[in-house]
Amino acid sequence: MPPVLNVENLTVQLPAGADRLNAVEDVSFSVAPGEIVCVVGESGSGKSVTAHSIMGLLPRRQFTIASGRVLLEGGELLTKSAAEMRAIRGDRISMIFQEPMTALNPVMKVGDQIAEVLDIHTDLNEGERRARALEVMEAVRLPDPERMIDAYPHQLSGGQRQRIMIAAALVLDPALLIADEPTTALDVTTQAQILKLIKELRERRNTGVLFITHDFGVVAEVASRVVVMQHGKVVEQGTTEEVLRRPKHDYTRMLIRSVPSLSPPARAPIDNEPIVLQTNNLTKTYVSGGFFAKRRVVEAAKDVNLLVRRGETLGVVGESGSGKSTVARCIARLIDPTDGAILIKGADVAKLSASALRPHRKRVQIVFQDPYRSLNPRRNVGASITEGPVNFGMSPQAAHERARELMRLVGLDPDALSRFPHQFSGGQRQRVCIARALAMEPEILVADEPVSALDVSVQAQVLELIDDVRKRFSLAVLFITHDLRVAAQVCDRIAVMHKGEVVEEGATAAVFGAPQHAYTRALFDSAPGRNFEFGKFET
Amino acid sequence: MTDTAGKAIPIGATMFGGWRPLAARYPFVVVSAIIITLTVLAAVFAPLLWTTNPLDLNPLQRLRPPSEASWFGTDQFGRDIWTRVVYGTRVSLAVGIAVAVLSISIGLFIGLTAGYIRILDGIVMRVMDGLMAIPGVLLAIALVSLSGASLTTVIIAITVPEIPRVVRLVRAVVLTVREEPYVEAAIAAGTSLPMILIRHVLPNCVPALIVQATYVCASAMLTEAILSFLGAGTPPEIPSWGNMMAEGRAFFPIAPRIILFPGAALALTILAVNVLGDGLRDRLDPKLARRV
Repeated sequence: MPPVLNVENLTVQLPAGADRLNAVEDVSFSVAPGEIVCVVGESGSGKSVTAHSIMGLLPRRQFTIASGRVLLEGGELLTKSAAEMRAIRGDRISMIFQEPMTALNPVMKVGDQIAEVLDIHTDLNEGERRARALEVMEAVRLPDPERMIDAYPHQLSGGQRQRIMIAAALVLDPALLIADEPTTALDVTTQAQILKLIKELRERRNTGVLFITHDFGVVAEVASRVVVMQHGKVVEQGTTEEVLRRPKHDYTRMLIRSVPSLSPPARAPIDNEPIVLQTNNLTKTYVSGGFFAKRRVVEAAKDVNLLVRRGETLGVVGESGSGKSTVARCIARLIDPTDGAILIKGADVAKLSASALRPHRKRVQIVFQDPYRSLNPRRNVGASITEGPVNFGMSPQAAHERARELMRLVGLDPDALSRFPHQFSGGQRQRVCIARALAMEPEILVADEPVSALDVSVQAQVLELIDDVRKRFSLAVLFITHDLRVAAQVCDRIAVMHKGEVVEEGATAAVFGAPQHAYTRALFDSAPGRNFEFGKFET
Repeated sequence: MTDTAGKAIPIGATMFGGWRPLAARYPFVVVSAIIITLTVLAAVFAPLLWTTNPLDLNPLQRLRPPSEASWFGTDQFGRDIWTRVVYGTRVSLAVGIAVAVLSISIGLFIGLTAGYIRILDGIVMRVMDGLMAIPGVLLAIALVSLSGASLTTVIIAITVPEIPRVVRLVRAVVLTVREEPYVEAAIAAGTSLPMILIRHVLPNCVPALIVQATYVCASAMLTEAILSFLGAGTPPEIPSWGNMMAEGRAFFPIAPRIILFPGAALALTILAVNVLGDGLRDRLDPKLARRV
């Protein structure tokens, strides 16, 4: 069967002064009908630029297509005029994006957004358009399409919104669907449903799918073939079996090896160490509404009982909205808990006033998810690291010396203290944040999704660092994550949270081996690539 | 993002290295900067610029057209218009700069407090809304008539209506910055509230405030001229552009230059300040960038 998409020797130039000459260099691959081709790579690998050049959506001022051909069903796309491309987009190629909330117009009914595609590309009348929209909503397995067609995006869940996006993309039966990280912003259980849907649709409709992702779990789940990109070049491509089981290129091997395994390693239980952190019936309730809105009470965390011993890592696992971050922020006293106790070595800090809390501040330190926002862009990292110790009376010179030591400890050049955050990569910034936390000599380290914003190869290094400092300083670590693979590797014990409550808690191996609660089982069943043992290569 | 990145970008390059291309891209901004420099020089060195005493009356030389002796001619009292236009820059600049500095500092203080201390927020912002509901010029006239005309009163009267806009700007920045994880990290590190405001929040307000200051400055000069023109501004003995235009109004049919020269000076200065403000905004606050 002739391929729907053929990319031949595509080279896209970056503007002068960028960190490399070409965003994409000499990239060739093809997508056959009914095939899912995954383009995998870390950030900056050029995978999104490739997708956008196929769609003809590259910003012309910044990128120039230097050479190569992009053939859709045999017809060259790169020489098409803007008007011709508009006719093709939505009709023959369509695209779904990462963030379903921003990709939909918030003030337009979702049914109308699907019908809009038909309005632009077909002569159907209003009734027919509505019928087709209902049909395609049915096809993407949206519950009760008759009612949902008149809903606005904010009334739908993230997964439902992504289904609407897919429905709008598929309504004209395109030959090629480009999916740019379509499940990255979704929860793991929703992600599993969307991946299933995409697989099903390409079988039923014979659509070729170009699937951009950074997640090897997803690749193992959906791909027929895999294209691995690094620094704008294709380093390896082949069938999923070939690439995942018998990778030839070192970079591919490194990437696959960095994917944490879902089976937890054996760990000795930590039972005789003293308890450092304990929460008793910790509850946080948000009350919203007021003059005009109806009063709404949200229980973000309800009767949460956790316990962390010295030198132990407790993982708090859950999907978005499960309350895991609320718990973390209560423990760090960034927000005030509504009820319950937070015991730090037996002292209750839950209700302390700001001044009474001050001596306890340094005992709990927190590392945040987004390394780009957790350092003040206008201060050099040395100032960020020394801020805490100086607050607690250390002399600036001594604090600076300590900061140099910590920089070495987290694997950075001590002379880089005078640099500003934008001069560091994401992984390096996360190291700086860890150094900042350690500067306070805390007893408890709260890590709130510390590696979720990092590429998989960097992620492995940062996890190693966190584990290293835990051992070195006998820290009690509260590790918040949505990623089961990460949790399996770093946590001694795991607490699974769902809708503000801890539904299951136990040693990592026990929870992964025999999950008791129905929700835990559903969560584990949704982990992409769960049947695939990464890093076990055949020769 | 790979861990090999993190190349050293010299700070100077990002802060100042871009000024030269800026000049090429925005020639008007450069011209404006030159005009403003000249205005400042004129204000400082007014006595040296071939001027006489701006208050000297000379009944014999009334309403003379431009000549070798008096370049812009004389007004209805025989005063030299060139001299008075040059001395007028002093009033305009004094008012513009004083109002900008005062309203930015007061607005910054109120904005930081309101943005960070939730209990104050509601009260302070409603007061600001109330102030904003009254037209600025009207409020200024009321304030001047309450306390009598002097340069200080005029400055205060123009400052008060400008404050709410600064407060809103600062508060908006504070509300975004206070949610940033680096502020939370500072709280976790035991940094006190005043230090958080000074170290973490204030620096993020500065670019927006510099830009706002230029707009406040321009609008203050204009308001001062309006007040003077209406007779509610600087006392008549002070040679301000507004006063000159107000006094020359009756003679417009026979000696339009009495109004035209100070009018042109006012228009040119305000335009230059505004264009410079736009240029600064594009440089300092790229998110708001719009071609001048």
